[in-house]
Amino acid sequence: MAARHKSVETKYYEARGRVLTALRNCDRRTFLKLSAATLAAAMGKGLTPPHTFQLVEVADAAVDKGWAKTGAQGGAPFRFAYISDAHLYERTLNQRFVRAIVKAVDDVNALDPQPDFVLYGGDLAQLGSPAQLELGRQILSTLKAPVKMMVGEHDWFLDLGEKWQELFGPPTYSFDWKGVHVVVLQSVYEKDFWTARKMTPEQRMQTVAGLDNALQSRFEVGEAQREWLTKDLAKYPPATPILVFSHSPLYKYYRPWNFWTEDAGEVQAILRPYRKVTVIHGHTHQMLFNQIGNISFYGMLSTAWPWPYAPEGLPKLTVQMNRADPFDQFDGCGDGEFTVRADSLVDTIYNLWDRNPVTVKANYLVSDGKVDKPPAPQFASY
Amino acid sequence: MQLRSRIAAIAIIIGAAGAAAYAGFGRRPARADANPVTTHRVPLATNGGAVIQLCDGVTSTEVKGLKPGHQMSRAQALEVTRRLMAGWQRKHPDQHWVMAQAGGEAGPGSAKEQPSAASSGPAAGQPSIAGPGVAAPAKSQQGDTYASFHERDYKIWKAQTDAFVEYGNQVFHSAKLLGSTIGVSCDMCHPNAANTHPETYPKYQVQLQRVALLRDMIDWCIENPVRGATLAPNDPKMRALEAYILAQRRGVPLDYGKH
Repeated sequence: MAARHKSVETKYYEARGRVLTALRNCDRRTFLKLSAATLAAAMGKGLTPPHTFQLVEVADAAVDKGWAKTGAQGGAPFRFAYISDAHLYERTLNQRFVRAIVKAVDDVNALDPQPDFVLYGGDLAQLGSPAQLELGRQILSTLKAPVKMMVGEHDWFLDLGEKWQELFGPPTYSFDWKGVHVVVLQSVYEKDFWTARKMTPEQRMQTVAGLDNALQSRFEVGEAQREWLTKDLAKYPPATPILVFSHSPLYKYYRPWNFWTEDAGEVQAILRPYRKVTVIHGHTHQMLFNQIGNISFYGMLSTAWPWPYAPEGLPKLTVQMNRADPFDQFDGCGDGEFTVRADSLVDTIYNLWDRNPVTVKANYLVSDGKVDKPPAPQFASY
Repeated sequence: MQLRSRIAAIAIIIGAAGAAAYAGFGRRPARADANPVTTHRVPLATNGGAVIQLCDGVTSTEVKGLKPGHQMSRAQALEVTRRLMAGWQRKHPDQHWVMAQAGGEAGPGSAKEQPSAASSGPAAGQPSIAGPGVAAPAKSQQGDTYASFHERDYKIWKAQTDAFVEYGNQVFHSAKLLGSTIGVSCDMCHPNAANTHPETYPKYQVQLQRVALLRDMIDWCIENPVRGATLAPNDPKMRALEAYILAQRRGVPLDYGKH
């Protein structure tokens, strides 16, 4: 249907498209002009810098189809999508992981109405090479909705984040949308284990890429970033709903596999004053959920491969997903969708490929498992 | 008649010597040996005696006046072996060699190996393959070879097994060693061999449409998720992978057929 009047969103998407195209070849002057234009677009949505495209449109299919009208203000519920852990190799080496992330992009592009934004949850590259990161950026640029990026350890430890920051900006940032304060963390810092062993960058990356070697340090948010978080949150009253995106779980699940954040206790303490906090993380490649005090945790799926459940430490609220069929490259993998409800709690849809999706409601977590229990697996891990 | 048989005997001997010479001259049959057996070359005698070589293939000593086919006296033999061991000890000053002889007939450098319990227990002072210091527990059967292995033997075997499992560990974690064409290794879906369930084989494996053993599933995984060439059942890598996977499941009860 021909739109004689363009909505705010359509105009924004067009402007964003122009910005992205121009970014491909620009000199310093053009880059500065574009930055100003982008800033203007972002501020036009009533969002405070610094952050990138933050089109978080609010949609609750059951309640409010008119999300286009609400704009940046208001506390209406909203939806966003989640793609994570693509672990891309160069196209010439491995097509399988490319097919998988493209499948996720197609899933999100097919959503109607479109989500407000898409969070990419880390581990875009498998070994952090510039070619792998560039390939990932290229694929994600085909998403219609705006993308917010978060870094994982596979992206970081080849060059300690140099290429990532060049492509996607700072790894730690925050923004507001519809009364929710959103924080994106770099939660995969590691204490230096490579210098003493005289490792090359490739060896360091290979070590971090292995889940079950005992060589690497445990993940942490780190003191500097915790201080940043404290200052960042200080401006918000305790009633503000907080959404935290992190790659590592921000709690302690299974140390030998680095399903773990070493300073989880300290981070949770910083978040404790807030009544409604949701942490959304990747890294574990499995359906995982937990409630610790005021914080709900959702661990999301990978597009590339599923991890088995750890032999111990599984949160008691987690209902396992069925064991994956190794014959089906997509089984146990998928993407996700979140609804931030009117009461600011967060419901999740685990969009498991080749299976029925599983919805996990905040009611289940907040009631300590008494209501709305998700369906049980037929084939649990043992 | 005696003369004829004598001539016949000599002819046979000459014939045999010729045949032996021919064989010694030797065209060796060509064999495609994957691991040719190492042969130790004994150096030639220089003093008209016989050269006796130690099992390391390097240390040797010449026994003057010993003709081939002649036996040494016990004293002479002990002297020769002592010389050989001394030669070996000189080359390996840090090694400890425990003499499996009763009453502490220990070679140089092995003093540390002798535990203080050498004189305790009913078996002390009696010849025993198990060696000094290994006191035979009361009321247990003795004398058979299989039960008389030394602590040292068990240590060697354990080291060999652990080294083999370690090789499996390397292959398990290496896309390159597995022959993957897409950079995928086993540990990507199976950290610490989790979710491999070796204790549940044999079982019907639907992907293979038949009853499978662990190695069948390993091969299937190598072919499909890993996209490499399958390994033969006795391929050293396949055996090592099995060893590693089984080693990770120590203590888990066997439960064949479990899905």
